[in-house]
Amino acid sequence: MAYLIQGETCDWEIVIGLEVHAQVISNSKLFSGASTLFGGEPNSQVSFVDAGFPGMLPVINETCVEQAVRTGLGLKAQVNLTSVFARKNYFYADLPQGYQISQYDLPIIGEGTLLIDLPDGTTKPVGIERLHLEQDAGKSIHDQHPSKSFIDLNRSGVALMEIVSKPDMSSPEEAGAYLTKLRSILRYLGTCDGNMQEGSMRCDANVSVRPKGSTELRTRCEIKNVNSIRFVQQAIEYEARRHIDVYESGGDIKQETRLFDSGKGETRSMRSKEHAHDYRYFPDPDLLPLVISQDFVDGIKATLPELPDEKKARFMGEYGLNSYDAGVMVAEKDSADFFENVAKGRDGKTAANWVMGDFFATMNSDAKYTWTNPPVSAENLGRMIDLIKDGTISTRLAKDVFIFMVEEGKDPATIVEEKGLKQVTDTGAIEKAIADVFAANPDKVAEVKAGKDKLMGWFVGQVMKATQGKANPGMLNELIAKKFKE
Amino acid sequence: MTKLTNLTIADALDGLAKGEFSAVELTQAHLDAMATKRALNAYITETPELALEEAKASDARRKAGKAGSLDGIPLGIKDLFCTKGVLTTAASHILDGFKPQYESTVSQKLKDAGSVTLGKLNLDEFAMGSANITSYHGTVENPWKAKADPAKKLVPGGSSGGSAAAVAARIAMGATGTDTGGSIRQPAAFCGITGIKPTYGRCSRWGIVAFASSLDQAGPMARTVKDCALMLNAMAGYDPKDSTSAPVAVPDFAKALTGDIRGLKVGIPKEYRPDGLSDEVNKVWEKGIEWLKAAGATPVEISLPHTKYALPTYYIVAPAEASSNLARYDGVRFGLRVEGKTLDDMYKKTRAAGFGAEVRRRIMIGTYVLSAGYYDAYYTKAQKVRRLIADDFARAFEQVDVILTPTAPSAAFGIGDNSDDPVTMWLNDVFTIPTSLAGLPGLSLPAGLSTDGLPLGLQLIGRPFDEETVFKVAGVMESAAQFTALPEGV
Repeated sequence: MAYLIQGETCDWEIVIGLEVHAQVISNSKLFSGASTLFGGEPNSQVSFVDAGFPGMLPVINETCVEQAVRTGLGLKAQVNLTSVFARKNYFYADLPQGYQISQYDLPIIGEGTLLIDLPDGTTKPVGIERLHLEQDAGKSIHDQHPSKSFIDLNRSGVALMEIVSKPDMSSPEEAGAYLTKLRSILRYLGTCDGNMQEGSMRCDANVSVRPKGSTELRTRCEIKNVNSIRFVQQAIEYEARRHIDVYESGGDIKQETRLFDSGKGETRSMRSKEHAHDYRYFPDPDLLPLVISQDFVDGIKATLPELPDEKKARFMGEYGLNSYDAGVMVAEKDSADFFENVAKGRDGKTAANWVMGDFFATMNSDAKYTWTNPPVSAENLGRMIDLIKDGTISTRLAKDVFIFMVEEGKDPATIVEEKGLKQVTDTGAIEKAIADVFAANPDKVAEVKAGKDKLMGWFVGQVMKATQGKANPGMLNELIAKKFKE
Repeated sequence: MTKLTNLTIADALDGLAKGEFSAVELTQAHLDAMATKRALNAYITETPELALEEAKASDARRKAGKAGSLDGIPLGIKDLFCTKGVLTTAASHILDGFKPQYESTVSQKLKDAGSVTLGKLNLDEFAMGSANITSYHGTVENPWKAKADPAKKLVPGGSSGGSAAAVAARIAMGATGTDTGGSIRQPAAFCGITGIKPTYGRCSRWGIVAFASSLDQAGPMARTVKDCALMLNAMAGYDPKDSTSAPVAVPDFAKALTGDIRGLKVGIPKEYRPDGLSDEVNKVWEKGIEWLKAAGATPVEISLPHTKYALPTYYIVAPAEASSNLARYDGVRFGLRVEGKTLDDMYKKTRAAGFGAEVRRRIMIGTYVLSAGYYDAYYTKAQKVRRLIADDFARAFEQVDVILTPTAPSAAFGIGDNSDDPVTMWLNDVFTIPTSLAGLPGLSLPAGLSTDGLPLGLQLIGRPFDEETVFKVAGVMESAAQFTALPEGV
């Protein structure tokens, strides 16, 4: 279903393109040896190159190039064996060189495709226009002094990948799905941690609208630096509505850069096109064109991990998951790995139920749980499923075992042993418990016998209670039925 | 015995090796000479204490049998090279008080070879100029005087004017220079010394204040071809810190001075005879051709058809890069800051106060040619023409082994002359700029005197990374020229 916004004159559709700045995972910066660790003391991770000192020269960090190529391959994109670094010139206090080294005419990665997963289980391809490498700027801090700004250059020179989509998205949900999927792929590849709060993934959204069915591209506005997927969606929605209101009241949209105020949920003008910088891009004469070999690319290709789309397809085939469950499971490499560790050699659907049910619920219940510190290890969850399968515990008992595993961290067999949670499959013991309940409730026995079948459930519950829930449910049902027939 | 300051580097190394004098004595002789020649304004910063300390260390090394290739040789460093703990100005107000925490690769290599640093030499501001009259630290005076008007102060050429003047005046045995469009060769010619701009990529640019990155190249300036060869050996070499430095081996340049140039073909470009080229320059050039012929080489007329476009091309490419390279001088992190009401105001005030007129002119030209709407007409076209100029040379070098031209269209002129119109000043580099655009090695050596008694230089241009042939031919010309004239007071 196309996403449409109802206007006064007609229905409108949105055209969205996204530019994502993804911080490259690397130990050192794009053109210097300084560390890239987040959270260091201000200006503690700055080389003379990053600070733009006289006579300092950039030297490309091969790891960053490798990461860009890896990402390009993950996006099924064209890898350009020759690319060129250019200078983007502008003055700002946190831009020490007075220019940002970026790529302009010849980016390292060209066109590619990203499949977004929509809530109804379908997918949609979104084109990737390009990916290029560039330096991050430093950070200006304006709230430390009444009249002065402070500058932290720790980020200055950190490698970013600017990933530009084609204007292929037409709803806030699709934009959200794009960002979710892109983040997922980057994390699978290990090329960006995708942490939007820390700013290691930032998004600019280009938004325009057009009457339903039209193919024109109207003037777009760019909303800069939105730092969560939810905010991107809100910003797009607000901006689209604003465009429609302007058009429908006879106005025109000016091309401009806007900021999203997450507090007010609205965008506002930052600078118009007339005030846009002339960045005077030109090839950086301090750097030769970046030339990589096909062997280099092939070497990286050979080490690419299985990516979400392929993994999803495999989970559906190998473990019998439906599209939705498989999509949820592969969204994060950690969850996919966890699931696979649980499911390996076991029934996939049972594994999926446990992982998506009790496990995710517990995982999300407390921030202390992470993939490196899960509430229950995949091994223990797997063993617990084995115990269900071999009849040691019932699914009902397994819920208790699971809770004990969360609380005590022990393996399920030990818990079953220590807590005596082994299900009772001994006919004699169950029959004895039934007999006791019958003896204590002769009136209810009579009612059942008089035809009040509904009370059967009550008897099952009572006997279960008497066996502390350990009676094998199947056997219990069978034996009670048999007892009534006596 | 010859005055110690009049020795060549080669002779001084010999004397040091034989124990005829110590590095401390040699250094002290230069420091004493420097004190008598301050009127030349060749040094921005003298570092006598550092020099004597280094000289002492040199003597100790020599005693221990660990002398380096230039051990004990007192040199001056152009103040465009960052020197650790020593004021580095680029002859600009904007670098006020800047003492780098690092040493440029080239000056470090010279230190590693055992040389002694006498101080930092004056230059045109940010190496932009051809007369050393744009320095914030004052004009440098050429030690040579015209016979007709000995009172007239002459320019030493630029931008490495302080380096050339110091070497000519015997207040440094050799000096580092940098050459973007002729900044080693033209002042070498004006001051009657030898200087070579090696192939682009031969010396590391790391730690040298950038003017135009695709053209800047460091090189030695000294009083003989051999001294230049010895210095370049120490300065050159691949540096992983400079992506544009070339990973090629450095040959022993001094060994190239065999004196045998028989059979070599020497290109004489017909386009290097522009109208108004002075007769005396022409005559020296003719003489040079005769010397080479006499030594068994063959002159061959060649054509470098795009020569006339070199100057305009250079004055697009170099300012474009400079406008960006000089953006970092913003008053935020080092050097001069003039406070302003806003960040933009601070930028404007700092840069207006910090940069001189020539630097501002080039920043404006460079900003203009890179601007949207003008980029293709200027910058892109200049890059294409630059390629054509390089192709001219490549074609010529299919026919010849080396090219001989004058270094500059005239001898040194008076301070204040040629200053009304920047373009007249820029014409000084008409013979050196094409080589720079093509990235080729170019050497200037003194070949004779003008009728006014001023030195005139000839330029030898070689194939990329073939400094050896350039040195070899230069050595032969040097012997033939017998240039023994000395500037005043030496």
